[in-house]
Amino acid sequence: MLDITNKAPLIDIQQACRSFPKGSGHDVMVLENVDLTIREGEIVGLLGRSGSGKSTLLRIIAGLIAPSAGRALCRGEVIDGPPPGIAMVFQSFALFPWLTVLQNVELGLEAQGVERGERRKRAEAAIDLIGLGGFESAYPKELSGGMRQRVGFARALVVHPDLMLMDEPFSALDVLTAETLRTDMIDLWMEGRLPIKSVLIVTHNIEEAVLMCDRILVFSSNPGRVASEIKVDLPHPRNRLDPMFRQLVDSIYARMTQRPEPRVPSVEGIPGTGVGMILEPVSTNVMAGLLEALAREPYHGRADLPVLAGVLQLAADELFHLAEALQLLRFAQLSEGDVVLTDEGRRFADLDTESRKQLFASHLTAYVPLAALMRRVLEERPTHTAPAARFLTELEDHMSEAYAEDTLKTIISWGRYAELFAYDEHTEMFILE
Amino acid sequence: MLFPKHAPLALRRSALPTFWDVVALLLVIGLIVAVAYAAEATNEPLSALDAAPLSLDPSNLPLYALRTMLRMLAAIICSLIFTFIYATFAARSRRAEMVMVPVLDILQSVPILGFLTFTVTFFMNLFPGRVLGAELASVFAIFTSQAWNMTFSMYQSMRNQPKDLEEASASFHLSAWQRFWRLDVPFAMPGLVWNAMMSMSGGWFFVVASEAITVGDTTVTLPGVGSYVALAIRQQNIAAIGYAIAAMLAVIILYDQFLFRPLVAWADKFRFETTASTEEPTSWMLDLMRRSRLIAMLTAPLAWLARQVWSLRLPEFRPKAQKAGTRAVQSRLFDWLWLAVILAAGLYAALQSIVYLRDTIGWGDVATAVLDGCITLLRVVVLMAIATAVWVPVGVWIGLRPAIAEKVQPLAQFLAAFPANLAFPVFVVVIVRYDLNQHIWLSPLMILGTQWYILFNVIAGASAYPSELKEAARSFGIRGWRWWAKVILPGIFPYYVTGAITASGGSWNASIVAEVATWGNEQLSTPGLGSYIADATTKGDFQRVVLGIIVMCAFVTLFNRLVWRPLYTLGERRLRL
Repeated sequence: MLDITNKAPLIDIQQACRSFPKGSGHDVMVLENVDLTIREGEIVGLLGRSGSGKSTLLRIIAGLIAPSAGRALCRGEVIDGPPPGIAMVFQSFALFPWLTVLQNVELGLEAQGVERGERRKRAEAAIDLIGLGGFESAYPKELSGGMRQRVGFARALVVHPDLMLMDEPFSALDVLTAETLRTDMIDLWMEGRLPIKSVLIVTHNIEEAVLMCDRILVFSSNPGRVASEIKVDLPHPRNRLDPMFRQLVDSIYARMTQRPEPRVPSVEGIPGTGVGMILEPVSTNVMAGLLEALAREPYHGRADLPVLAGVLQLAADELFHLAEALQLLRFAQLSEGDVVLTDEGRRFADLDTESRKQLFASHLTAYVPLAALMRRVLEERPTHTAPAARFLTELEDHMSEAYAEDTLKTIISWGRYAELFAYDEHTEMFILE
Repeated sequence: MLFPKHAPLALRRSALPTFWDVVALLLVIGLIVAVAYAAEATNEPLSALDAAPLSLDPSNLPLYALRTMLRMLAAIICSLIFTFIYATFAARSRRAEMVMVPVLDILQSVPILGFLTFTVTFFMNLFPGRVLGAELASVFAIFTSQAWNMTFSMYQSMRNQPKDLEEASASFHLSAWQRFWRLDVPFAMPGLVWNAMMSMSGGWFFVVASEAITVGDTTVTLPGVGSYVALAIRQQNIAAIGYAIAAMLAVIILYDQFLFRPLVAWADKFRFETTASTEEPTSWMLDLMRRSRLIAMLTAPLAWLARQVWSLRLPEFRPKAQKAGTRAVQSRLFDWLWLAVILAAGLYAALQSIVYLRDTIGWGDVATAVLDGCITLLRVVVLMAIATAVWVPVGVWIGLRPAIAEKVQPLAQFLAAFPANLAFPVFVVVIVRYDLNQHIWLSPLMILGTQWYILFNVIAGASAYPSELKEAARSFGIRGWRWWAKVILPGIFPYYVTGAITASGGSWNASIVAEVATWGNEQLSTPGLGSYIADATTKGDFQRVVLGIIVMCAFVTLFNRLVWRPLYTLGERRLRL
């Protein structure tokens, strides 16, 4: 790489915070005291779980939202609206379905007022570069997912941005398509054929980050902050099977499942404490399935998370949620990137359906404070019923509305499976079983 | 599989004119002549209308029909412009939204025919002695029947734009103007076209009703299908009524084929979906326009102009990044001020209205109007119940048989568009001839035109019913009463409610022309809010017209809020498949 240290930073974020208003009046902090500098000539990755604020940081840089505290500078100027010289690639592609490939790509140039002939020439060049020559007059709905994202890339490249922002650009694609597109991007980048100076990519896929980035910022969740920064010095093209590569991936896995500094006596990985614990919707069926799989050959109660993610075709994020739910219920434990069955977990795998439900119910009331609270409230009330709003407002004191709804949904599904209580969706009432 | 679409390269083909070019040429010439005719006719002095009185000679009908069509076209263009402006303001400004959306909601339930009284007078005074004034009044009446639901549709689309497209527009620096044409309008297009079609369906009723109107001493008769029928009624000419119905059928078919089919087929590309749909709407007219070199040549300047307009870089729009909670206090202060201003304006308006009405109207009049309102309400409820009992089973039967549904569905939509008031005389003749009880037999006229909305929505619902569910019901042996209650009715419920809302709203409006009917010298009338307003209009008693409108507005709004909206929410939340 070039000597980049003495150039003025493209992006300079200092102590940025961002909070969103919440139902109960207090604001929820999604991003806390984040520093980030992006210089020319590097690919920077923001890696983290959902809810770690990495997309929020991307949108602050894109000028779509403003930080609630701290400074965000682009080439030394405060960002207050989309700055010139930054283009974005979206997870959902964000193509205009009523415009052809060519019109979509021309959009940014049109906004800049580039003259028509010039516009066409540059758009065609970008389309050819990205490998979509011949599809100029197609509409997005006629293209496959991978080709649509190629249009998304061409649309960003055509304005020759200094910085290309990529918001989980490959996560809506199937594994094979994503890999091809990633490789193409890296090849073009290494050959210096991309008319861009730097890339910032947001992802929750650890291997993707290691494959593409020169520098990875690992985010921790609730509130989002930079947990660590990792430099990746492996030469391109990088090989997934290279031992160095594997080692780096494993170490990041371990870091992401690692116990955070013991601030509060919380369950590791799961944000919030007591009733305010955020529960991600994980299906009891999938939990039972994973427990059975772990108990059997070839794992015998212990499995490596990256391996498991590959075998089960799960995104790292989904697997984390699943493993953490099992950990919360004391059916499994996470240690150094491995998931290990507990004795109770082993017992669960051997039981029949009825006994499983009983075991699950006892663990649910013992280890999930919200379940215990709901059970107590239902028993105390003379009617043995309670409206969902009763618990929702309590949850909203601890977390954002979206998380509160997710948590309630999760506890409804777990409670139904454990036959702790019944729930009537029409009246939105909990009823004691 | 991928089939890249290529735009027709119209200009590169051979120089010989194609068949399509000939057809296209005829259509273009026709359009130019129609515009010229309209310009000439509207500029005439009002006395010209009296100088050339209407005649029942059927050979005049094509010309009358043309004028009716042009009025309709003018109204729909006005509605579209109004929609763009009103919806944009309501969707973009939070403070404007607070007032504009509820106002729109109320406007939707104002009985348009009651309105005519004022608008005719107003526009006639605006252009004294010109036909233009009367024409504008008629166009305005149609406009008021069309604009609101189109505006609502656009407003809702603008509020529900996908976030990623909004972000893409901002991050690629589209100006507000560019964004309007690149995102706002295209995204709203499918809903807008559908609502324009529905508006048009409803509009025929009002164009016919507004062509021959008497307010106090003023009688305006604009040449058109509606006034032709009015004359036929006066002269008791049943054959002429038949001709008029035939002419109207032709007009509606023409509009459908030349305007809406192409529009629907064209708007299909704006549907926000990521997979190609299996069945695309087609239109021979759109194919013609795409294939014909001549049309391509004639529209080339228009397309160029449109491009220039779209890419105008008018106001440099730098979307500010969303602020987090700053200036919230200041903003709240402005909210209170704004609210105070609106409240003051509302109170002032109420005060003025009371002062205006108090001159001639006492509490007794209010009681009469409300009582009449109850009678009309009873009619609407009974008629809706009957229409439901008849058309739901029929609609389900048809909808479950795709081959039949395909043929019946366009017919039902067509019947919904047909202005039922043209057919009223036929019913009146029957009532007079057989000496039927007018208090009972005038009522069905109210729902004559609007019942079809129930039918075609139920057909649509039954057609869309998932076949797996039908098969599951059959394999579990669910039949009879249980099949209706558990299987099909919940499935079509949201569709039924959509149709029923339109039908009941339309019936209220129709009551103004349905509760009073004439045939030559025969006067049939039955008590109700409709006849109350109609009587007041003929007498030129503005205060009572206003009172009637207010009462009807209240009835319709309450009925919507208390009955239809809860049902609609129920359907959307629980039963949408």
